[in-house]
Amino acid sequence: MASLGSLATVPLKAKREGDKNAKSIVFVGLLWFAVLFAVLCLAVLLIDTFLDGRTRLDGNLFTRYTSEVIPETAGARAAILGSALVIVLTAAMAIPLGVAAGIYLEEFADSRRWYNRIIEVNLTNLAAVPAIVYGMLTAGVALSIGLPRRIVLCGAIALALLILPVIILTTREAIRAVPQEIRQGSLALGATPLQTVWRQTLPSAVPGIATGSILALSRALGEAAPLLLLGGLVFVNYDPNGLFSGYTVLPIQIFNWAQQSQLAFQQVASAAIMLMLVLLLIMNTLAIIIRNRYQKRW
Amino acid sequence: MNARIPNRFAALGAAVLLVVLAACGGQDNSSSGGGDSVSGEVVVDGSSTVGPLTSAAGELFGEEQSGVKVSVGTSGTGGGFEKFCVGETDVSDASRPIEDEEIAACKKGGVEYVELQVATDALTVVVSSDNDFIECLTTDELKTLWEPGAEGTITKWSQVNPDFPDETIELFGPGTDSGTFDYFTDVINGEEGASRSDYNASEDDNVLVQGVEGSANALGYFGYTYFEENSDALKAVQIDSGKGCVEPSPETAADGTYTPLSRPLFIYVSKKSYADKPQVAAFVDYYVEQDQNIAEVAKFIALNDEQRSALEGATAELK
Repeated sequence: MASLGSLATVPLKAKREGDKNAKSIVFVGLLWFAVLFAVLCLAVLLIDTFLDGRTRLDGNLFTRYTSEVIPETAGARAAILGSALVIVLTAAMAIPLGVAAGIYLEEFADSRRWYNRIIEVNLTNLAAVPAIVYGMLTAGVALSIGLPRRIVLCGAIALALLILPVIILTTREAIRAVPQEIRQGSLALGATPLQTVWRQTLPSAVPGIATGSILALSRALGEAAPLLLLGGLVFVNYDPNGLFSGYTVLPIQIFNWAQQSQLAFQQVASAAIMLMLVLLLIMNTLAIIIRNRYQKRW
Repeated sequence: MNARIPNRFAALGAAVLLVVLAACGGQDNSSSGGGDSVSGEVVVDGSSTVGPLTSAAGELFGEEQSGVKVSVGTSGTGGGFEKFCVGETDVSDASRPIEDEEIAACKKGGVEYVELQVATDALTVVVSSDNDFIECLTTDELKTLWEPGAEGTITKWSQVNPDFPDETIELFGPGTDSGTFDYFTDVINGEEGASRSDYNASEDDNVLVQGVEGSANALGYFGYTYFEENSDALKAVQIDSGKGCVEPSPETAADGTYTPLSRPLFIYVSKKSYADKPQVAAFVDYYVEQDQNIAEVAKFIALNDEQRSALEGATAELK
């Protein structure tokens, strides 16, 4: 618990400082209003979505495919499995590559070389590129090598490209936070630079890397735009079962349901939104737990 | 101390992976259960208007042939043809006939196809049920309302028809990417894509429904199903194209009296897919055979007798 306290910012304690003039009271009031406003909007949105979708938060949502014939029992089975498969594949591609790139840039690259500096500047820029651009890039590459765009592999590549810069940046931050003394100690005991990275620096940086990666993956989970550009499917009556299988994901399914005319589709869309919020909440909580439990302070 | 941390993470990662794999593994038994005559994939993409109809077809077909995987995308009519003409899809949904550029693209991609009309849509002009002055509009009045020249000048209902009140017009319509927009502007304004642009546009028809519902002076247009689902709060405007006022309905759209706003909905079938993939042939045959039933289930306007025999004739070209 002590470590938790040290992480939090120390409040400004306006009252105790005797800062009681009208201006500062108005200012604090405005800040409170801003907080309340944001939280209130979120609460209204959540409650509204929950009320819309509560009747559909049942087993059908998980076990059935979407249905035009009986929208009342339409489910998100294909989308849930599709999201799981795509995210696992995205993680499998983006995390090793991103972590390796981060280690190289932080521990081995000579930042005085012009090409390393170009890479660094570009990485920061790439992290801010709109998601749809990665969809276009993947679509272009897939088309030129004759790969169908609608398959799991292409979707995962687009999402992996999307989160790669974020993973590289968080890996670098985490590695930079490992004190220099640990590296020097390891090297002084006769370890090679590779052994030092593998056995000392990287293990110490894992909590930071894990936190960053999970947050990046939860962003990928909520992303629809690049996958829509790749021709995301809206009706799938089978479980995705491989790299070359067609698929749909939760955000695309929700987007499609919300646009349909029948009320039943809008209700199931709300239920699926709740499901996705819960998934995202779980992932983000996991990231916070990992950070708080395992992050070390030197 | 350091060595323990990665181990915990490995355990955590393994647990997550296990859960996911178990979830993915569990599915296989259920989907590969049937001992059907055909199996394989049928890939459809195209118009979002036709999408629900083809999805319903795929769903009903899947109940009979559980070995066939049908997937439907809604990249739009143009986006659908783009994939169709390079051979990525077997069937393309379209809310308008194929255009010259797309015909050239298909020729270049070596994709030969057959056009099948599978249903009819009635573009519906709607006002709020609170509106008490519009029952019927002539196509000329619609043109006055929507033509590019109306932008900024036609702002009061009394300018459209002197009998209407002197109230401000509020217009709602689909965005320019929509096939519905293309069709409406073509038949009403005389040129595809020519429209006034000072109206509330949305690609989401539910947004248009809400907009029109909210004001007695609002008018909008979209596909018939969206009117049908909201007929308690909306009123469909009758259309007079010179032969009297006609109400949009499945009957008037099917018998051809609701002109010019009823439009054909198509699927395009690749001849090569039909010949080489038995599952595509089975799906398309089922679609054509059960068309009436599928249209009814998906709440589309079914074909009339004449269109049905045309559909059967066109299907013969595939064989």
